[in-house]
Amino acid sequence: MIDSLLSPRLLAIIVKEFWAALRDPRSRLLLFLPPLMQLVLFSTAATLEIKKVTLGVLDMDGGAASREFTNQLAGSPNVKRLVWLTSNEHLANAIDNQSVLGVLVFDASFSRDVAAGRSATVQFVLDGRRSNAAQIVSSYISQIAANTGAALRPAVRSDNGVRITNWFNPNLDYQWFIMPALVVQISALSALSVTSQSVARERELGTFDQLMVSPLQNWEIVLGKLVPPFVIGLFNGTVFLAIVPLVFGVPYTGSIGLFFLATAAGLFSILGIGMLLSTIARTQQQAFLGMFSIVPPMILLSGFASPIDNMPGWLQVIAMANPLTHFNVIMEGLFLKAMPFSDMMASIWPLLLSGVVTLALAIQQFRARME
Amino acid sequence: MNRRRLFAMFWKECLQIARDPSTFMIAFLLPILLIFLFGYAVSLDTGRVRIGLSLQDDSEAATSLAAAFRNSPYFDVHQTGSTAELGRAVTRGQIRGFVVIPQDFGEQAITGGESIQVVTDGAQPNTASFLAGYTSGLKAEWAASRAADRGLAFAPPISLLPRYWFNPELASRFFLVPGAIAIVMTMIGSLLTGLVVAREWERGTMEALLATPLGMAEFITVKVVPYFFLGLASMAICAILGVTLFGVPFRGSILALLVISSCFLVPALGQGLFISSATKNQFVASQIALLSGFLPAMMLSGFLFEIASMPKWIQALTYVVPARYLIPQLQTVFVAGDNWSMFLTNCLILLGFGALFFWLSLRVTRRRIA
Repeated sequence: MIDSLLSPRLLAIIVKEFWAALRDPRSRLLLFLPPLMQLVLFSTAATLEIKKVTLGVLDMDGGAASREFTNQLAGSPNVKRLVWLTSNEHLANAIDNQSVLGVLVFDASFSRDVAAGRSATVQFVLDGRRSNAAQIVSSYISQIAANTGAALRPAVRSDNGVRITNWFNPNLDYQWFIMPALVVQISALSALSVTSQSVARERELGTFDQLMVSPLQNWEIVLGKLVPPFVIGLFNGTVFLAIVPLVFGVPYTGSIGLFFLATAAGLFSILGIGMLLSTIARTQQQAFLGMFSIVPPMILLSGFASPIDNMPGWLQVIAMANPLTHFNVIMEGLFLKAMPFSDMMASIWPLLLSGVVTLALAIQQFRARME
Repeated sequence: MNRRRLFAMFWKECLQIARDPSTFMIAFLLPILLIFLFGYAVSLDTGRVRIGLSLQDDSEAATSLAAAFRNSPYFDVHQTGSTAELGRAVTRGQIRGFVVIPQDFGEQAITGGESIQVVTDGAQPNTASFLAGYTSGLKAEWAASRAADRGLAFAPPISLLPRYWFNPELASRFFLVPGAIAIVMTMIGSLLTGLVVAREWERGTMEALLATPLGMAEFITVKVVPYFFLGLASMAICAILGVTLFGVPFRGSILALLVISSCFLVPALGQGLFISSATKNQFVASQIALLSGFLPAMMLSGFLFEIASMPKWIQALTYVVPARYLIPQLQTVFVAGDNWSMFLTNCLILLGFGALFFWLSLRVTRRRIA
């Protein structure tokens, strides 16, 4: 085995596979440019902060308190524009056509209630079609309500006695969360799209039989096909490691060596899945479509889109079997939490296990196809 | 146009679709899978957050606040201990934060100046801000109920009363299901169609087809129409499952849903056709379809992320993403009801994109033959 690991035969197939992946200039471009584009584009697009919201105001009060409130609103960095509405009908129209996300309604007695020391209520009507954004905006505005209340009646204790410290990401910058996750998703997507077509393409073009009658062993063919996407993946990973802290200012707190160990383990698990897919598929189309059917569930069940703790128990089991889940934990840990090797191992072995199992299945499938 | 010829070609396309299990997978299995995942897995509604509790005071006030945390439906007090132990658990991701009730809590509570400390895992900003908001809420409620026990009124001067129209319970599946429909139709339109036509070019069967007496318009019709119906079928699967299994309301009309979906499929199919005629290679076509179709539909359509919050140059980009014009319409037809003035504007834009793509593919194909 050691002898054959260094054999010229294996070297030859690796060189051939590199040629196959890099020969066509358009494909070559597609291996390196899109991952970078996706990182830049989606990390800036994916924000859950609501920065510039347009809100409506229906002020039936017109008193000092409602003026103070709307002044605070207009001064908030999260609010882009206030639209003044005059009737309930007006309000319904503005929400239906999505010209505003929500409308604040001040009752006629609002300022009087505040002045009299009663608890005054502001109604906030929101567009539930965009329930996520609506919820976030509602929490911003309730903060403004508390501030306005404190400004109008200074006797009330304005701090509620809860001191909050956010570890690893003091300002809760969403980009710090999305970047490590994107490094995982993008590496996975690009490695999968190259590997999944490797065997399927040869089969479709008829060159698979030529490969089979060559003196190459099965495992040599599989290994030869794995090396180029692995190297390309590591290369793209290195580019990400440089760009994320330098261009986007997201810290990388872990050790550099561990990054490469983690990326190698992550790529290994993903290449296994891609290779298995490729040996099952008969045509390139099947391989691609197979890939596009497993990628969305893999991403959705990786703890990136929503916390795994919130899923029902049986889905949590599937999520734990998903290599991307563990890959995500490691990358988040390395970028933000200076994760030490001992903590990382808990997530490395599932990746290696998944890679070994899927590759063994792929080689077996390979043999089955041959006979 | 020769009707028999057209029908024969159409039948050939349908057979080709029916025979390939991968087409079946994308058109029927994927919608079902996505709806189930969006229904069960990807609830963006935060459930119970796993936290740690460090209780350093044994006064009555401190134990009563600790009990309030244990009984809260929003928290799962997973671990207790020293702040150092809890800190390690946060780093490992076993808990999402912890609450410290300090030694002098009971003493300070007598004068009403008591405070607690909350540490959150900022690596998960969403959960962290949920934790910050709900611990503050719980603490305020606890203080109010103790004040009430002593006969003191305790209410904030101004309180906000949010009311969410169309979706009072804020179920995230209400917007995830329309999003799933957009993704599935994009997949079928740009990806599947792109692959199929690129394969014909790659294998050289395209030249054979073009040598038949079929006109260019007929050719495009037979290529595209079967996928149009496939797209509508997957949309229907998503809609039916979403409404029946996951209780997503359907307040608009079926006619509106059909019109909206058809109008979206025109640019989606046109995009697939254009990509494949321009690239003539399955790998390149699939990658470009992924980059220009699938990913923008997911990230830049306003389905997951608010367009208004994006940087200006990305906002400008979203105007050329057809899914951007589909998402608000689908959300409206499901949860709000028919709003034809909104539908018509958006549908016209979609058809405009469609016309552009078909014109481009015609041009590219003509040039290839010449």
